[in-house]
Amino acid sequence: MPLHIRTYHELTEADRSELGAQVGAQRRRVAERLAPVRRVVAVMSGKGGVGKSFVTAGLARALARAGRRVGALDADLNGPTLARLLAAAGPLAVTAGAVEPVVGADGVRCVSMAHLLEDGKPLAFKGPESDAFIWRGALEAAALRELLGDVAWGALDVLLVDLPPGIGRFHELADLLPAPPDVVTVTIPTVESADAVRRALQAARDRGARLVGVIENMSGGAFAGDAGDVLAREFAIPLLARIPFGPNDPVWQELGERL
Amino acid sequence: MKFLCVDCDRQMTFEERRIPGDGTLAAAFKCPACGRVVAMLTNPMETQLVASLGVKIGGTTIEPEPLETIRSQVATGREDAFTEDGERKTDNAPRWSAEAQERLERVPTFVRGMVKKIYGDYAKEHGIAEITPAVMDTARTELGLEGM
Repeated sequence: MPLHIRTYHELTEADRSELGAQVGAQRRRVAERLAPVRRVVAVMSGKGGVGKSFVTAGLARALARAGRRVGALDADLNGPTLARLLAAAGPLAVTAGAVEPVVGADGVRCVSMAHLLEDGKPLAFKGPESDAFIWRGALEAAALRELLGDVAWGALDVLLVDLPPGIGRFHELADLLPAPPDVVTVTIPTVESADAVRRALQAARDRGARLVGVIENMSGGAFAGDAGDVLAREFAIPLLARIPFGPNDPVWQELGERL
Repeated sequence: MKFLCVDCDRQMTFEERRIPGDGTLAAAFKCPACGRVVAMLTNPMETQLVASLGVKIGGTTIEPEPLETIRSQVATGREDAFTEDGERKTDNAPRWSAEAQERLERVPTFVRGMVKKIYGDYAKEHGIAEITPAVMDTARTELGLEGM
């Protein structure tokens, strides 16, 4: 006679572990922490080396100079550069139940993995080295969750999230936030960049994110092409700015006004 | 993850968690009807995967500390990453025995403030006036603080 075994969802007795509830509490912590933040904007690109962090820093400072309350989260956990770009040196202060962001150039509030890692050392986790590919992604997602939910961001007009190349971290961010973030994409003029950024824009659109626009960085220099115009036309979104090498303050100011 | 006593058709309840310190984890579950106890044993990779999610099998009554996963799991954290401005001595704060303080000194600075607060909160919650190595061992087992 076969055993009668109820299925997982048929077991409804109280469970002291309540793993689902623990995960739910993590999500609530993020939502509550970001409740005073009016707008979360992800700065992303499918391609590396296009200057996402540089653009994030310039945009953050321009918005702050215009009187906005601005936070900048460096979500590039393995290659953090935003703290240096914003002159936001640690240490981080731990106060009642939260970590205070470092106030950097023009008053931008910044937290980065660079504040947490030894100089020159890669992000490395404890744990068994074998099969690390199975759990490393979960730990990086947990780190992102904590940088969102355990930092006292306070009341902000905008929180800029500087994402690493690719679209993986964007999906993690969209999973963690109560609603998908607004998205600004950065490209350089080349057709190769357009190919990669197109995929990122489509992924963001598929997740229900609002595409604010595209920024063409390193424009008018050595790189040939019109990727900014092409992507803006294809996705029916604004080309927010063409940023040349060595941009001056008015370039950033104009970009800030268009965000 | 749930455990079912097939004979009784009852969901088993969490009893106890043990962390032997070799990267593995043991959690015991008991049938509320017949009293049968089974142990779930996880290998280091499975244990790490659970820790990576920031959840604790058997639950916890203590609020997570800020950046708890980062501070407890990052191996390359900088010693001077934090200033524990929020830490204040109060009259009802538990004392630390010399032996317990010595053990605390061996915890990397990156996580020391957080670890101290976790043990302090545990002692307060259990009405313990002095934190000793034995108290730390008990708390470590109950709270699943592997490596702390």
